[in-house]
Amino acid sequence: MPETILELNELHTHFFTDNGEIPAVDGVSLSVNKGEVVGIVGESGCGKSVTSLSIMQLIPQPPGKIVSGEINFKGENLANSSNKRMKQIRGNEISMIFQEPMTSLDPLFTIGNQLREAIQLHNKMSKKEASDRALDMLEMVGIPRPKEVLSEYPHQLSGGMRQRVMIAMAMSCDPEILIADEPTTALDVTIQAQILDLMKKLNQEKDTAIMLITHDLGVVAEICDRVVVMYSGQVVEEGTTREILKDPKHPYSQGLIKSLPKIHEREQKLYSIPGTVPKPKMGVKGCRFAQRCPMAFERCFQEDPELYPLENNRRSRCFLYDDAKREVTENANADIRS
Amino acid sequence: MFAYTMRRLLMLIPVLIGMTLITFSIVHLIPGNPAQVILGETATAEAMQNLEESMGLNEPYAVQYFIYVQDLLQGDLGTSLRSKAEIAKEIWPYIAATFELTFFAMLFAIFIGVNAGIISAWKQNSWFDFLAMLFALIGVSMPVFWLALMEQWIFAQELSWFPATGRQDNRDPMEPITYFFVIDSILHMDFTRVITTLKHLVLPSIALGTIPMAIIARMTRSSMLEVMKSDYIRTVKAKGSGQFLVIYKHALKNAFIPVLTVIGLQTGVLLGGAILTETIFSWPGIGSYVYQAINYRDYPVIQSGILVVAFIFVIINLVVDLMYKFIDPRISY
Ligand SMILES: Nc1ncnc2c1ncn2[C@@H]1O[C@H](COP(=O)(O)OP(=O)(O)OP(=O)(O)O)[C@@H](O)[C@H]1O
Ligand code: SF4
Ligand SMILES: [Mg+2]
Repeated sequence: MPETILELNELHTHFFTDNGEIPAVDGVSLSVNKGEVVGIVGESGCGKSVTSLSIMQLIPQPPGKIVSGEINFKGENLANSSNKRMKQIRGNEISMIFQEPMTSLDPLFTIGNQLREAIQLHNKMSKKEASDRALDMLEMVGIPRPKEVLSEYPHQLSGGMRQRVMIAMAMSCDPEILIADEPTTALDVTIQAQILDLMKKLNQEKDTAIMLITHDLGVVAEICDRVVVMYSGQVVEEGTTREILKDPKHPYSQGLIKSLPKIHEREQKLYSIPGTVPKPKMGVKGCRFAQRCPMAFERCFQEDPELYPLENNRRSRCFLYDDAKREVTENANADIRS
Repeated sequence: MFAYTMRRLLMLIPVLIGMTLITFSIVHLIPGNPAQVILGETATAEAMQNLEESMGLNEPYAVQYFIYVQDLLQGDLGTSLRSKAEIAKEIWPYIAATFELTFFAMLFAIFIGVNAGIISAWKQNSWFDFLAMLFALIGVSMPVFWLALMEQWIFAQELSWFPATGRQDNRDPMEPITYFFVIDSILHMDFTRVITTLKHLVLPSIALGTIPMAIIARMTRSSMLEVMKSDYIRTVKAKGSGQFLVIYKHALKNAFIPVLTVIGLQTGVLLGGAILTETIFSWPGIGSYVYQAINYRDYPVIQSGILVVAFIFVIINLVVDLMYKFIDPRISY
């Protein structure tokens, strides 16, 4: 049994706005094992960023608040942790990088200064020692002429280089887990591949677990061991990358995978799931996906589906996999195949 | 930084030419003949002609302007019609008085304004934020002369904490050296005088500094709130830093750029337009100097006063620009 280092249990993070309460994260449970790369996928607005910021306790508050649930990190529930304890954890045991490398570094301080800051926050080191460490980190993430870059400002670097700096900064205290919120979305394709390679390399060499948030299944296929599919603030499916890509169970995952461009098949038109992601609302009854689901039946509009366990530690939030309704499942599967 | 400074200095040349063109034309825009203005209504035609010749008023404008600029470059601002003294010498004490007052007024405004703005942003929507912004609103809308009179009434007349007017105790004047009285009293090693001089500065500095303080506080607050939402602040927090580092290192430096603009503008306004405050506090500054000159139609003094104020404005602008460059490495024009 692999060691679990991060486990979310029924996490609820809501925003209290003028237009009412928004359950952006609505009962998310998932886990990350030591040294594992877990992908979190889902369309825009499904709560991926809010989930990751909740783990770091960096939800803008107000309007946001973790309403209930547990964030267990190595046996400690971060949802109840003091601010002081979170300062020790952030950047040291759990690190995070963001989607926008262009704006994620302070424009007024040198790269060296910002790297040293991260290092010195968690290690008793002199400026000189921290500088040496910063230099090592830049070398590790493959920055050319690292010595000069230390004294340069963010605006002198390209987006890809800045994301490498962000990774260097996040890795500088050897975290247990790196949360990467769409780290390649803002970069062009070749740079994307390089950054993914770098993350894969760090994962293998340092055994750092990675929680990779993305809406790109191609990225998932590239480096993730396991995938969690989210929809409207909930986990709808979970399983190994191979199984989910080959044999998605949840109708939403099936739609996502169907909409992937395929190399060998010359399809004229790309498939896309009809309709749009509904805004999360309080007190919605029934399956969140029901309005867009091609397989929806009566029950879907009346009850909330649970995450039903399947073989090989897979889970799927769909009535088709409710054991009590097994025969429905069989029929539906027959439908899909036909 | 050196190249940037040089470029900014070169860019001053056209501005200075424009300035001198304007002050030069003031004389020729005054209704009537300058010689007539100087000599009065009853002057004879002959006297006027002599004066015009000795002042070069018969020369073409281009030649007159050339001579004017040549004189300026040698530090010659002309002669006061009223006191017959050289303006360049006469004007300095007034400039020093204004500088000293502006310095302390801005010190007060920046220190209180920036800190109030930071705390208001940090504790957004707290009672401190609410009170500070209420005071700032009152501060910007309060007439300066009213504030000045209230200060004099409460702190000078009723409580006798501070003197109501002047730069020093007139029964015991000091031998001026630089005409910056705080510096002079330090140079004289006379520390009771340092205290009295500072006491004279308190009321006018507060009166003059209140509006800039309120503007700076509001600007700092809104700028800080904007910056606190930015991605790089989130990054600093994600590194595990505490509030203090977030606010005083990263947020403040970024938020300071627009605040600096306001500080520069307000300093310029105080240096050039404090006539009302100077009058109420009998402060012998550049404002009162020019104001008197206007009453006497002492146009060389008016001309020089405007030129000096404009020049100070330009210099402040330059300093602010250099400070931008110092704070923000992205600036590169
Ligand atoms: N500051 C906020 N105030 C109010 N609502 C918010 C706030 N931040 C996020 N939300 C809500 O939370 C929901 C989830 O947002 P989140 O940023 O987690 O989506 P995401 O899955 O990361 O999408 P994307 O792929 O676009 O990054 C959104 O529907 C949004 O309305
Ligand atoms: S529960 Fe019903 S609506 Fe929801 S995904 Fe399954 S079949 Fe579709
Ligand atoms: Mg996001």
